[in-house]
Amino acid sequence: MKNRLMKNLLAATLLLTGSHLVNAADDPIKIGSFLTVTGPASFLGDPELKTLQMVIEDLNAKGGLLGRKVELVHYDTGGNAKEAVNFVKRLIKSDNVDIIVGGTTTGDTMAVIPDVEKEGITLISLAGAVDIVEPVKKWVFKVAHTDRMAAAKIYQDLRKQNLTKVALITGDGGFDKSGREQLRTLAPEYGMTIVVDESYGNKDTDMTTQLTKIRATDAQAIINFGFGQAPAIVTKNIKQLGIQLPVYQSHGVASKTFIDLAGEAGEGVRLPAAALVVAEQLPDTDPQKPVLLAYKKDYEAKHGPVSTFGGHGYDGVMIAIEAIKRAGSVDKAKVRDEVENTKGFIGTAGIFNMTPQDHMGLTLDAFKMVEIRNGGWKIVD
Amino acid sequence: MPEQIFQFLVTGITVGALYALVGLGFALIYNASDVVNFAQGEFVMLGAMTAIALVAAGWPLALAAIVATALTVVVGLLLERFAIEPAWGASVVATIIITIGAAIFLRGVALLLWGKDFHALPPFSGDTPLHLGSATLLPQSLWVLGGAAALVTLVHLFLNRTLIGKALLACSFNRAAAQLVGINVNVMLRLAYGLSAGLGAIAGILIAPITFSSYEAGIMLGLKGFSAAIVGGIGNPMGAVAGGLLLGVLEALGAGLISSGYKDAIAFMFVLMVLFFEPTGLFGHKVAERV
Amino acid sequence: MRLAGFYLFAVFAALLPILFPDNYFVIVIGASAGLNVMLAVGLNLLIGYAGQISLGHAAFFGMGAYASAILTTRFAWPGLLAMAAGLLVAGSIAWLFARPILRLRGHYLAMATLGFGIIIHVIMVQANHWTGGPDGLSGIPPLNLLGWTVDGDRQWYGVIAAAALLTIWLSLNIVDSRIGRALRAVRGSEFAAQMMGVDTASAKTQIFVVSALFAAFAGSLFAHQQAFVSPDSFNLLISVELVTMVVLGGMASTFGAACGAIALTLLHQGLVVFEDYEMLIHGGLLMAVMIFMPQGLFVGLSQAVRRLKNEI
Repeated sequence: MKNRLMKNLLAATLLLTGSHLVNAADDPIKIGSFLTVTGPASFLGDPELKTLQMVIEDLNAKGGLLGRKVELVHYDTGGNAKEAVNFVKRLIKSDNVDIIVGGTTTGDTMAVIPDVEKEGITLISLAGAVDIVEPVKKWVFKVAHTDRMAAAKIYQDLRKQNLTKVALITGDGGFDKSGREQLRTLAPEYGMTIVVDESYGNKDTDMTTQLTKIRATDAQAIINFGFGQAPAIVTKNIKQLGIQLPVYQSHGVASKTFIDLAGEAGEGVRLPAAALVVAEQLPDTDPQKPVLLAYKKDYEAKHGPVSTFGGHGYDGVMIAIEAIKRAGSVDKAKVRDEVENTKGFIGTAGIFNMTPQDHMGLTLDAFKMVEIRNGGWKIVD
Repeated sequence: MPEQIFQFLVTGITVGALYALVGLGFALIYNASDVVNFAQGEFVMLGAMTAIALVAAGWPLALAAIVATALTVVVGLLLERFAIEPAWGASVVATIIITIGAAIFLRGVALLLWGKDFHALPPFSGDTPLHLGSATLLPQSLWVLGGAAALVTLVHLFLNRTLIGKALLACSFNRAAAQLVGINVNVMLRLAYGLSAGLGAIAGILIAPITFSSYEAGIMLGLKGFSAAIVGGIGNPMGAVAGGLLLGVLEALGAGLISSGYKDAIAFMFVLMVLFFEPTGLFGHKVAERV
Repeated sequence: MRLAGFYLFAVFAALLPILFPDNYFVIVIGASAGLNVMLAVGLNLLIGYAGQISLGHAAFFGMGAYASAILTTRFAWPGLLAMAAGLLVAGSIAWLFARPILRLRGHYLAMATLGFGIIIHVIMVQANHWTGGPDGLSGIPPLNLLGWTVDGDRQWYGVIAAAALLTIWLSLNIVDSRIGRALRAVRGSEFAAQMMGVDTASAKTQIFVVSALFAAFAGSLFAHQQAFVSPDSFNLLISVELVTMVVLGGMASTFGAACGAIALTLLHQGLVVFEDYEMLIHGGLLMAVMIFMPQGLFVGLSQAVRRLKNEI
């Protein structure tokens, strides 16, 4: 910790004196990053940053990339899109990074796209919304599952149980609202009727009012799309009100924290999650299993329980590293082409196959439907 | 529908009790010093987070709660001594910025100590919901309501029945006059800060099993507590309690009957309306301006 | 002489990009600082001169930004027309709310403006259909100024620097005008001012509208510069930060507010490298400045310089 502080102090001094390093062959390859390490979405950005630091440290210990060291330049946006724009400009203009991995939230990512496209530098976003890569933007890629995939997965599971009337309850953040949009858009396709659509503030402490309204309808299941502590409160409130309906959460709560916060009320809650949280339960034939277990072991040795969000950081930075390796240089256009050429990359979120039409490259089976049982995750499909 | 409204009211009163407790802290400090302490929400957070950390370390809940409250009181005293006292006589806006700075600082300390995750405290007496006619509530909500009632009564008795309490009130009416009759204003100031830090910490510990806590939890609570204190007429402790309950019920009814998305806008619209018609809050005393 | 400081500022703003061409800290952070200068100078008229606090000023900033964003992307209005509409909307709302809100005093006024800011923010988040919700609106076209398209960071630096200088110049003139004198009387004692025959209500209303117009103007430029708006940029924390800029720099001084805006913008860029320690340092600095220099950095430092001069 102290060491990092010293490094930061040094960086601050360099920055104030305005000195710039000249690009030369033995200078490090620079990977830029802007994540939401503080603020409401910090529990997404925090494991992402830790993963990025861990992977790059590891890479350098093994001799670096293309014979050069790799340096991570990171700024915390605090979830403010305006900061994200400035920091991306700083990464491009002042730090002269070679590729950017980041954007924890959709808002941050969408805000920086104009600059990234104009300057011509590859951006691998870790955020969820499908809008990031649809329509396809030349320089922009993403590695996290989309909210559309999560919505589809939930509806598939409901259809299997012949449940068709659902109640939505979502927060007021970008992740929540975008998930709500997808749930509403996909409903007809899966034969679902949304009988009630409630919302809450992400910092609210009690959602019994909204749930009381839901209880009075003929809904057959409750879907809560959100992250942070609010979904845990919703889950507890459902139990408090004695509502017996099946409860579905989004992939936004696929972390141990949610199980801890929701406690007993969390039992039986289902959600679509990346294979990472259930790595041990996968069959040995699953090609993802060794990758997942290795990442999990590394991460947990340093920082405690893994979450799927840290996994997105792993996928993003690994795709970047692999692409630079294949390109044999940090030439921006070549690296971009190689990222687009990513085929059969086994990541934590699934197996990536990118194409010029698909800048994410994941399919729906990258998600597993899991259920909370005895304070742990269990695959149910 | 009437059954639903009953549940809305129960929810509203529970949430309102929480706002009331935070609002009470605002009112106490304002009484003694004419300063609105924007770090009040951080006292709530510190109490909750310290208790959670101690319980996680294996301490019994009661002991953890007492130690957490005591530690928060110390933080309150330090804040008064090193940030408020030296800025004696600064403008209202300057003191607002100082307490906002203190709030950011305390959040920074909490971030370094406990990280960014949310943490929960186990409920004091289980998780089995209680049925109240058609409405349900958690046993913890009874703790919050009971705790709020007890603290409010104690504060009321303290201010009106004890000599020190009366001295504290005297400072709020006229500081110079209070000094002239031999009240040590500085001591009163420290008392007020210590007391509201303690109140905040207890509130934080009572609500932590329901709302969870994180280093940023104080922002929202501070905001709602401030609103409660203002609606009731700042400087009137019982007004703050009434304001908090009113705000909680209003939010629940707004969310239940009008729109859950706009419920905060509805609550603040109400606050604005109150102020437009009663510029010093519902129970504030009207003060004549000195020329 | 009155405008000496203004010329100094103008020369400084013009020299920076020449001395440090294409430097991120000049053209990108400079532009951010310029927008903050516009906001702080406007807010200072209200806080510093009229003595009325506002914890909801980001709402007017947001109105300008969203008016430009919505009208240019959804209705294909030309940028300048959208900007004018934004000014009109923000100005009218300020005018409507000014009288009931400014009747309040001290912390009640703080509460009312804070509530106002939160209501506007909730609308930005909830009115999805118009505002794009929490993820905001993207794809805002570049601003077209009579045939010249403002595009690229360097051009934006120029435009925003010019706009900031314009607001400083306007502010200096307002302070020196009849209404400026009326305001200072209000700040001293509103009651006494009324007795002297000053129409205090109308003076306060006018200044509230002017300061809202400054903010909306900055908002409109901000929307075009970022090509993107979202509610995050206009929340309570931003409002608080604006007040901090004014107070930090030095109330009742146009240059104080401008310096406060620049200082806080730079502070944030400098502190980001401290990662988890950022908040601790930020909070500590705020407290320290207000405790040791309650009149603000600008006044505090210029006094210190004068003392030093006298000693030599």
